[in-house]
Amino acid sequence: MIALLQRDLILAVRAGGGFGLGMAFFLIVIILVPLGIGPDMVILSKVSIGVLWVGALLACVLSLDRIFSLDYDDGTLELLLTSPIPLEAVVTVKAFSHWITTGLPLVIISPILGLLLGLQGGDLKWVFISLLLGTPALSVIGAFGAALTVGIRRGGLLLSLLVLPLYVPTLIFGANAASKGLADISNGSALLILTAVTLAAFSILPFASALVLRINLR
Amino acid sequence: MSLWEYANPVKFLKLSDKLLPFFTGFSIIGLAIGLFWGFFFTPDDYRQGSTVKIIYLHVPSALMAINAWFMMLAASVIWLVRRHHVSALAAKAAAPVGLTMTMVALVTGALWGQPMWGTWWAWDPRLTSFLILFLFYLGYMALWSSIDNPDTAADLTSMLCIVGSVFAVLSRYAVNFWNQGLHQGASLSLDKEENVADVFYQPLLFSIFGFVFLFLTLVLIGTRTEIRLRRAEALRLRKDRE
Repeated sequence: MIALLQRDLILAVRAGGGFGLGMAFFLIVIILVPLGIGPDMVILSKVSIGVLWVGALLACVLSLDRIFSLDYDDGTLELLLTSPIPLEAVVTVKAFSHWITTGLPLVIISPILGLLLGLQGGDLKWVFISLLLGTPALSVIGAFGAALTVGIRRGGLLLSLLVLPLYVPTLIFGANAASKGLADISNGSALLILTAVTLAAFSILPFASALVLRINLR
Repeated sequence: MSLWEYANPVKFLKLSDKLLPFFTGFSIIGLAIGLFWGFFFTPDDYRQGSTVKIIYLHVPSALMAINAWFMMLAASVIWLVRRHHVSALAAKAAAPVGLTMTMVALVTGALWGQPMWGTWWAWDPRLTSFLILFLFYLGYMALWSSIDNPDTAADLTSMLCIVGSVFAVLSRYAVNFWNQGLHQGASLSLDKEENVADVFYQPLLFSIFGFVFLFLTLVLIGTRTEIRLRRAEALRLRKDRE
């Protein structure tokens, strides 16, 4: 499993495109929003949490089809199906490596981008924490969507149509936790539910994704 | 003699052939009584005026929008467990009907909200969850139409329906958490003291009855069409092989 993780990470870095692109897209979204709304820092800091979360969501969705499609096309996925590791574990590892290559960089640069949107020192902490707890769920939910559409040519748009509604709970709890933290209201419950969504998604969804992959590889 | 016998497409077609006139009749009778009574023979509400009559379209369509998804969920589980094709096709046929019901509920709700709340749209929990439900229907139908192999499509959409249901319920609670809304609480419950007044309640029951049978009729027709399409496809393939 560790070998598989290493392989996925190395492929993501060396094949190019996957690793930095999500981050660059996130940056562009955050730059475009003030251009659309106007340079008023007060308004910007009000919408900042939502913009950061939605930007992270979209950056994540764009890279989802890479989770399975390359391995599906060259037959690696079929080899993995016959390997001693259960397919459920393969899915988990792949979702996790997607998070490391896409989600984690987004989380790390989010405080810097928060500064651009007028957030102050202590507030950045909540953006960072909520994204850190929430983005793994985005990867694993996205892996389910990627598994569904792996056999479809040009399934990119379909994939986002399927996955984005599934992101609603994560987005609501994540953004809610961050904005409550900003307003100095106790946000423990929102953070706990956000973590629960992430953990539940990681423990249950790989089974569904593996089932779907088996159907697609039939 | 069990219910599963009707999972056989031929028997299903025979049975639905007999049931369809009754279902159509029930839905016409229910809708006619409910809507005519509701629109012309109930008093105006003392605060809402005649706009209260939108209830006869709004509530039943919203009810069926949710129940159509539950029906799809049940049919999807039956397909995954027992592999009855009729079940998968019924789920497929129910999706457009559910989508339409969701749209009717949203549009009538907007028409009702404008004079009453002073706005066409508000980010109220129920309105938001219906919009999300609308997206779920769209995704489900898009997945059906983009896969060629019918069995694979049925499997994948069933899985999407099951996972989607979990997330739809989760979204419902998340949205409640996110915003308190304008919508009134439940006012048609059987076990509560204070409900909608009887003058409005009785025609509404007929209207709901009509909508239930309208839904059943449309789903039956849709399923029969799908079965025949499948049969035509099979015949075509057999002819190509010869």
